[in-house]
Amino acid sequence: MLDDGDRMALTNKEHEYVKKELGREPNSLEYGMLDIMFSEHCSYKSSRPVLRLFPNKGERVIMGPGDDAGIVELTDELALVIGMESHNHPSAIEPYGGAGTGIGGIIRDIISMGARPVALLDSLSFGHLEDPKSRYLFEHVVKGISDYGNRVGIPTVGGEVEFDENFKSNPLVNVVCIGLVPKDAIVKGIAPNIGDIFVLMGGRTGRDGIHGVTFASEELTTASEIEDRPAVQVGDPFTKKQVMEATFEALEKIDVQGLKDLGGGGLTCCISEMAAKSENGAEVEITSIPLREEGMTPYEIMLSESQERMVFVVHPEDVDRLMAIFEKYELPAAPVGKVTDTGRFVMMQNGEVISDLPCELLSDPPVIEREARKPEETHEPVEFEEVDPKEALLNLLSSQNIASKKWVYSQYDHEVQVRTVVKPGDDAAVMRVDDEKAFAVTSDCNSIHTKLDPYHGGAGSVAEAIRNVVSMGAEPICIADCLNFGNPEKPEVFWQFKECIRGMSDVAKRFNTPVVSGNVSFYNETEGVTVNPSPVVGVAGLMDLKDIKTSDFKDKGNKIVVIGKTRPELGGSEYQRAVYDVVQGKPPEVLLDEEYQSAKAVLELIRGDFGVTAVHDCSAGGLGVAISEMAISGNIGATVDLSRVPSPAGMTPSEILFSESHGRYVLTVREDAAEELLMKLKGEVPAAVVGKVGGESLIFKDAEKDVMAPELEAIEKSYYGVIEKFMA
Amino acid sequence: MKVGIIRFPGSNCDRDVFHALELAGTEPDYIWWNQRDLSDFEALVIPGGFSYGDYLRAGAIAAITPVIEGIKESVKENKPVLGICNGAQILAEVGLVPGVFTVNQNAKFICKWTELKVKTVRTPFTSMYKKNEVIKMPIAHAEGRYFTENIEKLHENDQIVLSFESENPNGSTEAITGVCDEEGLVCAVMPHPERASESILGSDDGLKFFKGIVNY
Repeated sequence: MLDDGDRMALTNKEHEYVKKELGREPNSLEYGMLDIMFSEHCSYKSSRPVLRLFPNKGERVIMGPGDDAGIVELTDELALVIGMESHNHPSAIEPYGGAGTGIGGIIRDIISMGARPVALLDSLSFGHLEDPKSRYLFEHVVKGISDYGNRVGIPTVGGEVEFDENFKSNPLVNVVCIGLVPKDAIVKGIAPNIGDIFVLMGGRTGRDGIHGVTFASEELTTASEIEDRPAVQVGDPFTKKQVMEATFEALEKIDVQGLKDLGGGGLTCCISEMAAKSENGAEVEITSIPLREEGMTPYEIMLSESQERMVFVVHPEDVDRLMAIFEKYELPAAPVGKVTDTGRFVMMQNGEVISDLPCELLSDPPVIEREARKPEETHEPVEFEEVDPKEALLNLLSSQNIASKKWVYSQYDHEVQVRTVVKPGDDAAVMRVDDEKAFAVTSDCNSIHTKLDPYHGGAGSVAEAIRNVVSMGAEPICIADCLNFGNPEKPEVFWQFKECIRGMSDVAKRFNTPVVSGNVSFYNETEGVTVNPSPVVGVAGLMDLKDIKTSDFKDKGNKIVVIGKTRPELGGSEYQRAVYDVVQGKPPEVLLDEEYQSAKAVLELIRGDFGVTAVHDCSAGGLGVAISEMAISGNIGATVDLSRVPSPAGMTPSEILFSESHGRYVLTVREDAAEELLMKLKGEVPAAVVGKVGGESLIFKDAEKDVMAPELEAIEKSYYGVIEKFMA
Repeated sequence: MKVGIIRFPGSNCDRDVFHALELAGTEPDYIWWNQRDLSDFEALVIPGGFSYGDYLRAGAIAAITPVIEGIKESVKENKPVLGICNGAQILAEVGLVPGVFTVNQNAKFICKWTELKVKTVRTPFTSMYKKNEVIKMPIAHAEGRYFTENIEKLHENDQIVLSFESENPNGSTEAITGVCDEEGLVCAVMPHPERASESILGSDDGLKFFKGIVNY
């Protein structure tokens, strides 16, 4: 049993604040409840003032940040619900269960809005696969996602995987979940009517996950793997599926007043936030809570993060009918308390008060103004001896970060629910909404750019995600984020955080695309190693089904067009990481207007009648990798003249091939339509025909000079089977 | 034509099958696992998913539920029954089709599009294909490796319905991934015809599985 006095994380200042607000010393149960609510994970006390920079309003926004997930209008009838969550610390300790419950948590957030989850994406970061521990974490995280996501019947349609030394002991597991809900059926995490009943449903409450949030708000140590196992929740996808179906049946048949899932902070967080949102109070009888094990103390019950639980708020006369639905699904459930007008969260044990706290105090802890300081380190550019471009390209394609991720996504059911029109492996997944509309969704992050320059790295991560959605033919409508950083108590880390958000906000504002939901994961440090700052960005876009443009080369003779300017920006590129093993220099800059103009032009080309046959975003690995990927997926070669790529004079072929300048797209267009397409772009964005599709090799020239001509077969051989070599 | 879709806790392709059955012009309806009397329905489909979480063994718990008795009754009345993925595992577990579907050779979940050969057209579900026609449908399973000790009997009785063409992703005996009972009315297939019922999703080759019920 856990000692009530264990691992308190309230600062002295917070302790004083609590005593002043309460007019007395909290008892040990109250102290525990305050402790989790004041944790960084639940309170966002460090990040809140900075997150205000994000634009969160817009014509489509139905609900911005602050609840479990964001909601935007999608069609006349439907709204899209989006949420993101990290499960980094649990996955470092117990990769299989940690990854599974990460998915479980974000699914519950979507269900809590009354929405049916329709897509999952996972953004994962590990150490290199040469390292056995990293292979172990990678294998079990992927299996955890596969076993959980597949069982609950939600397609996993996208994501990304990064391998870098700095994630070796602190992997990142970030999950995006998207749901759809009729606009008139949205529910919220509120408790609006005095006298309504709280009904707890789903998994029984056990001793798992106690202190999960406080543990997520600390750095990991080597002892964590043993000491912190009890803080990792145990997931159960089968029960989750039942909880989901029972919830939808209840929402359909009963006038549910409020709905919220139990995640970080367990019952304490769930009920206090619901009551506080409606400026009401709550009275809960602790003996009424269905338990999984005997002898649990009130402290353990209130802090448990046992999975697969939901709280419904309903009128007293609806309780019996609600319970009957849960009985049909054989789910434990019980009325546990009622909504009061006191503004206080009162816990009773057999009718006696055992804790009594203002809901406001629990749900709205004071923010902490953290110090931010630019680090001393500089990222001077380095000079390299140029290697043979062909060797460099094949090297890049076979690097763990660029190579095909088929090993991962073939373990995920990406077809269930019969919506997945564009499957994993392209720029973004495209999911059918109805007979005309679809949404495109992606998640992206560039952690090395962010490490070298948090402003442009953050901005670039948003820009890349937007490009991926635009490449499919969709207009971005909302952004969600998951911000993975080190210890915010360190001024250098907090500076990174602030700069990154400034960059992300600038791009979001330029595109007039609101940030509707997000998650902050601090303390990603283990034994003195801080992870590269990783702003993972999810973007959803709306499109017509008829406008879908995949990235594969289609027909021989199609002209290849590059849109956007290529600059000598090799700092922090995949080229430097893969070929020279260096993360150094100044990363590419995001030029807001150019980025916006390119995206606008591409969407106009796709939606108009300009003969566009394929579109691909240009990001990690530059033009060289983008064109190779188009050739690989289309199984046809091409000839490209690098001297025709819009770029300043004097760039070397390798710079043109591998520079990661933002604001660029590669298109193919029907031969007869190319001229008109260029005319249309004239004066709007830099663009040029650089080559044509055809043949069995990828021939790169620099005007008259040959640069390289690798055979398609060699390119495919490099790109496929890389991860499989390590994972068997 | 009323077609029943059997739902177990953990079924997750029930809605997808409903959609495909509607596209095929039938009137689908759901049946909960504890229902015994299925006499209202002219045909039955057991959809994919993870009934009872696939805990113990895929299909093992679903096989002892009351609805199975109803299914057996329907089989006796010569009504067509189709099991897809988890539904196929359940039919094999119950013994309504020969052989078993067990853990994939690579011990991993595999989700991918495959080319399949239609080996017999005598079942209602394959009645609209040509014999040996090659069609495209996706698979998504961790326990789909078909195994039987009595392969000759399957050949003799024309009980092989589908086999993988040009590959054998899960290591099945003779690349078989769909079988039927001796009468050809109970069909168990691992690939998902409902996921290949509209060209926008990659192929509409699978729709004939459902149209075949009406046509039969």
